Amino acid sequence: MSETTSPARALDEPAAAGRARPAAAVRAAGRRTAGARLRKAGTVVLFLAPSAVPLVLFTLVPMVGSLWVSLHEWNLIGAMRWVGLGNYAALLRDGDAWRALGNTVLYIAGYLPLVYVGGLGLALALNRVTRGRDLFRGVYFLPVVTSWVVVALIWKWLLNPSEGIVNKILALLGIDGPGWWTSDTWALPSVIIASAWKDLGFVMVILLAGLQAVPGDVLEAARVDGAGAWRRFRHIVLPLLSPSTFFVLVISCISGFQVFDQVYVMTSGGPAAAASEVAVERVYDLTFRYGRVGDASALSWVLFLVILLVTVVQVRLQRRWVDYG
Amino acid sequence: MSRGLKALSAFALVAVLAAGCAKGSATRESAPEGTSNIKYFTFSAAPDHLADLDKIVKAFEAANPSITVTVETAPFTDYFTKLQTAIAGQTAPDAFELNYENFVSYADAGALRDLGDQTAGDDLSAYAPRSLQTFGRNGKQYALPESYSAVLLFYNKDLFDKAKLAYPTADWTWDDELAAARKLTGGEVYGDFQPVQFFEFYKALAQAGGSFFGPDGKQAAFNGPQGVAAAEFLLAKPGKVMPTVAQIGGTPDYDTNLFKKGRLAMWHNGVWQFAGLKDVPFGWDVVVEPASTKASAVFQNAVAVSATTKNAAAAYKWLRFLTSSEVAATTRVASSWELPPLADAKAYAGYFEQTPPANRKAVLDAVASATAEPVIARQQELQDIVTKALEQAAAGKAPVQKALDDAAAKVNELTKSG
Repeated sequence: MSETTSPARALDEPAAAGRARPAAAVRAAGRRTAGARLRKAGTVVLFLAPSAVPLVLFTLVPMVGSLWVSLHEWNLIGAMRWVGLGNYAALLRDGDAWRALGNTVLYIAGYLPLVYVGGLGLALALNRVTRGRDLFRGVYFLPVVTSWVVVALIWKWLLNPSEGIVNKILALLGIDGPGWWTSDTWALPSVIIASAWKDLGFVMVILLAGLQAVPGDVLEAARVDGAGAWRRFRHIVLPLLSPSTFFVLVISCISGFQVFDQVYVMTSGGPAAAASEVAVERVYDLTFRYGRVGDASALSWVLFLVILLVTVVQVRLQRRWVDYG
Repeated sequence: MSRGLKALSAFALVAVLAAGCAKGSATRESAPEGTSNIKYFTFSAAPDHLADLDKIVKAFEAANPSITVTVETAPFTDYFTKLQTAIAGQTAPDAFELNYENFVSYADAGALRDLGDQTAGDDLSAYAPRSLQTFGRNGKQYALPESYSAVLLFYNKDLFDKAKLAYPTADWTWDDELAAARKLTGGEVYGDFQPVQFFEFYKALAQAGGSFFGPDGKQAAFNGPQGVAAAEFLLAKPGKVMPTVAQIGGTPDYDTNLFKKGRLAMWHNGVWQFAGLKDVPFGWDVVVEPASTKASAVFQNAVAVSATTKNAAAAYKWLRFLTSSEVAATTRVASSWELPPLADAKAYAGYFEQTPPANRKAVLDAVASATAEPVIARQQELQDIVTKALEQAAAGKAPVQKALDDAAAKVNELTKSG
């Protein structure tokens, strides 16, 4: 691109523009917008690159790669063998995979109400507090930004059947505490409790922001009209909070289906008949314990489709209950 | 295209290329001209025997100035995850250690180099012939035997004295063991410790006179009366003469520490514990495991060369030295590491003269009654199925017979699908 042929440059000189015939000027103007568009595209690429390049390299490429792997039998150490859709067909008959998906749904069923009600309670409480609200918000948000491994190890200690403080306190109250993560019945609830505790702050922050957007005059008007606290909450606050609630539900459902770190650290999917083996834990076991990377990749894609489906359904259903005012 | 954009594209391209190439080159250590560096990956050295391995490496490097050895270690529980990831990522170590069941999977997957080129002109008579054969498959030698170890019954003599009980002998049966364990349990002391899992089960099954697979080697047979007896023997311990899973609470090395503190009277564990128990303040000894039919777990480790190494000759040289040199043998024996699998008994005669324990020749009793571990292609799944069945029975979720029947059905699925 030499300086003399640059159309933009030519147009910058009033003398050159004046001498040009009208048709040429129009053409030049057209080229100018094309050039400007290109430059704008360049700027866009420049600003997108820092997140787009890693996204493509480390998310999209591996995703396509896993789709490819899911059509093969591969144990990581040997050669890959093409099996077509065989892994998906086998998955349909694989009781362990279905149980893992079932455990994941159980996890969400326990986790979601706990984290939503807990987060809403905290948000309502903090919404009344005027002094030190930022401090409390920071304190409750701290677990959200803490590493899952740290949180899971701490909960593993708190819920240690013989040495943990939870069972010691229960013992003082005369209750014989359960075996928590060493027990087949309590392993999944242990993970749910730790997860809800960690994510409480996230839900609280979102709902608190929603609560603060509820207009005071509407509440005031309702009060003047004689509406009690419960009716104001039920018929004004909750509906106005529904966009925040919707956001929390969608995000929590997605992260619920993907639950792994805390399960891996606390129970590794055990004990006994894989009482807490969730879908991603199963993917991990298939890959790194059993050398069945093809089966693991197929399960990952099924999980991806399940998450997509659930999210689409949620977005569809929102019209019925989410009120954007 | 503006100059800035051009520069950016060029930068992006370089970054992509660099990311692509780094995988292959950055992890290799560059060795000086004419020398080669061998990366050796091992699980058996850490934590007790790192200095011993270092001694063998130093001796090897002194004898072979053109080869250097870089040792990498990982604990056994993480070792195979790391190794398979390294192989999949094309950054496999040149040489690495394998236990027997993983040797089978790795050899069948083509991850091991056929050592034929190197063994052709080499005299391998130093190795015990049976050990050497163990690590051959389809007429090819894929690994060299490195060491072996056996599981025995460890016992705390002081606790037996205090309870006025006679020490365990090679004639003991399960009933003798359980009876003693009950008498020894009390206060802070547990009578016995034997994990409820696959490795103990297949051995207990053999001790009960049963076998894991039927005559065809594929059909599960471990759910017969001997299997039920074996499972019931293992399940008779937790919560009665041994701590429960909840009491252990996932504490690492719980049993080792319990024994070292003098709070455990009998302990089923391997000879690799000898070194760590050298300085405990009480008397202890070992005996072959009690059973009416003697059957012992004997584990063999081997070392192999990666199928993709560029330093095959140097790697082989190192492995030969590591497994059969005099330095290696004496170092292993002197530090009570695992035993070298050599033909000449003189090479490790010193092992049996050291104390404690006084009854080291129990190792020979165990080797004489060694029972083979059932090994199939999908080994880890097999192990998990059996362990989970036992845990289920232990938790009272299913009667022993039903848990074993379910496990047998699953194992049959595994062997059918290869």
